[in-house]
Amino acid sequence: MLDEFNLSANQLDALREIGNVGAGNSATALSQVINKKIDMNVPKVSIIPIEDVPDLVGGPDALVVAVFLRVYGRAPGNILFLMPKENAFYLVDDLMGREHGTTQSLDEMDVSALKEVGNILTGSYLNAFFHFTNISMIPSIPSLAMDMAGAILNVVLVQLGQMGDHALVIETKFLAEDDSVNGHFFLVPDPGSLGTLVKAVGVE
Amino acid sequence: MADLIKVGMADYKVGRSPSTLISYGLGSCIGISLYDPQRKIGGLLHIMLPDSTQARSSDNPAKFADTGIPLMINDVIALGASRSRLVAKIAGGAQMFAFSNATDIMRVGTRNAESCKQILKRNGIRVIAEDTGGTYGRTVSIDLSTGAYKVKTIDRGEKNI
Repeated sequence: MLDEFNLSANQLDALREIGNVGAGNSATALSQVINKKIDMNVPKVSIIPIEDVPDLVGGPDALVVAVFLRVYGRAPGNILFLMPKENAFYLVDDLMGREHGTTQSLDEMDVSALKEVGNILTGSYLNAFFHFTNISMIPSIPSLAMDMAGAILNVVLVQLGQMGDHALVIETKFLAEDDSVNGHFFLVPDPGSLGTLVKAVGVE
Repeated sequence: MADLIKVGMADYKVGRSPSTLISYGLGSCIGISLYDPQRKIGGLLHIMLPDSTQARSSDNPAKFADTGIPLMINDVIALGASRSRLVAKIAGGAQMFAFSNATDIMRVGTRNAESCKQILKRNGIRVIAEDTGGTYGRTVSIDLSTGAYKVKTIDRGEKNI
């Protein structure tokens, strides 16, 4: 499996460490926005069969809200921030200064607020990548969808599916103690970007 | 309680009445069902991409319409279905995220649907129902005791096609 991606254990470690710093930046930024403490786990860097990716977020029919950004530059890829529907609604309540449980559906303003969270997380995450690799990665404007996790992940997996049967995902889970944040942040580099990234890190 | 058999992404299963074959959370992917109403034998295939010849490499023929469909046809015939009686239904092929400058890969849902119909036609199989396109996910299942193909969505209810 590793062969398909041509990465050593050390290179995977390096990617995990960059992901860790990136996610730390993102958690801090988000915590400042909603003024709550946000915990994160150490990112998982996994190479898994494409068809297993939806299981990372509760199965293909789990109802999620997702912010999607395409990453451009020398190391293109995709970023997805996925939250179960209830948690996304709590987060909107926080962002809008409403009581938890107020949001029952997303209006234009809510959608815009969630997209902005995607923007903030992505910006602070990619900053860390730039810091380590000196490769600037430019995110697209965010796009939002609320639907089945499997259907949403299709967007990313289809691109990978053209290249091979496995996906390399750098995944972090963000969690606030009152459940207002419970999200999975995915960076999925295009297969061609991995070489560029690990080369820039300088690890054999 | 009849069997409920799960079909994952880039996978297919075949079976007979009274089983139900189900595949969860299709976005741009397509679920293709085959059914022989007389023998009550059928199959469900969940493809991701239209064309294996445009892919760099893959060990999994069920990922593509052009390689997956013939494979499933052979398997349902091996189980006792008759090619001339087989009918197909297809669902999926959505575009989940709207981008103004949608690239080819964003429109893969549409290409998937076209490719499926073309390949089914080439194999002499009629498509008798279709629910494709849109911007929403679908969960599809085929009840092999009746051939009913159920399409379930989050906001748009469910229907048999």
